[in-house]
Amino acid sequence: MAQSLAKEFTKGLWAEIPPFRLVLGLCPTLAVTKTVENGIGMGLATTFVLVFSNLLISILRNIIPAKVRIACYIVIIATFVTIVELVMQAYTYPLFLKLGIFIPLIVVNCIVLGRAEAFASKNTPVFSVADGLGIGIGFTLSLASLGAVRELIGSGTITIWGGNPVFALGDWYQPFSFMVEAPGAFVALGLMLAGMNLIGKK
Amino acid sequence: MELFELAIGSIFINNIILAQFLGICPFIGTSKKMETAVGMSMAVVFVMVMAGMITWSVDTFLLKALNVEYLRTLSFILVIASLVQFVEMFLKKSIPGLYAGLGIFLPLITTNCAVMGTCLLNIGNEYDFTSALVSAFSYALGFGLALILFAGVRERVNLGRVPKPLQDTSIGLVTAGIIALTFTSFRGMV
Repeated sequence: MAQSLAKEFTKGLWAEIPPFRLVLGLCPTLAVTKTVENGIGMGLATTFVLVFSNLLISILRNIIPAKVRIACYIVIIATFVTIVELVMQAYTYPLFLKLGIFIPLIVVNCIVLGRAEAFASKNTPVFSVADGLGIGIGFTLSLASLGAVRELIGSGTITIWGGNPVFALGDWYQPFSFMVEAPGAFVALGLMLAGMNLIGKK
Repeated sequence: MELFELAIGSIFINNIILAQFLGICPFIGTSKKMETAVGMSMAVVFVMVMAGMITWSVDTFLLKALNVEYLRTLSFILVIASLVQFVEMFLKKSIPGLYAGLGIFLPLITTNCAVMGTCLLNIGNEYDFTSALVSAFSYALGFGLALILFAGVRERVNLGRVPKPLQDTSIGLVTAGIIALTFTSFRGMV
């Protein structure tokens, strides 16, 4: 039991890590990774929604009629997204402004709906929470690492929390601002995906 | 004139895919063949214009009037999901030809964040009804333009010899980056 529980959790961290192995949820991945801080914030917000929607959907999985299940999932997900929106507005307002419409758009993030349909609707609550937590933390790690690459090359700094850089490359470094612009996001993610394919395929 | 500027800006400068990063999943998913790209673009134009009008009305006459703006996310997704379902049923009954073309793309649109994103942007920018309509239509055109251009390039790229780790999505994203780079040259046009 404990072993398979750990397996459900760790698969989200490597074997099925979104968005590299599970190519879903690309919009927030590209849009909010200008800095590490934004990536972590977005990742944690998504993790919260994933864990709680997985939990609730898994508890209700025998009550929800199969024909209208997608609509029910969307309502449940939207409820938790609204909670995240209100909490972030209250406690982390600057981050909320930076992430902008991508917080309400967690509702249409295919990762959340994908886990609900593929996992939570078929498994017990405990396993569903482990799955949501694993996938969510994997997503946060991916966003943070993509954010780190883009921020370091694009602006020469690393910002983890609170808006102040914890690391800066110094004046000798000429920031390559292409990386923090829109086209750089596509190229950076494409190359990181290639890197993951290279490591994964032995 | 202002509306014209808004339209040009929404199609080229703030292109919904290449500058705002909305709707990337269908952008990557349906661009392997030109046919699917055209089908998806048409379905998006259709749904986005209708969703833009309806969500604007819901927000103005219902949510703001009743002072329950915090229900926006929930009500918009419900409106879009039921709209897509309704459009699907309507087309199936009345215009089977169009349904055959758009059919498989319609359910995908519910989770297309470009539709929901456009509706939220319209509200966030406090547009009036005409501006919201023009903006939804031109964002949808921009979506179609980017998707069809990308599908054309991608068909060619996939014929070439791509290194193994870069194949498929990976080279697709790099290609999209280069197309996005060309779109940045539209900046300063309006």
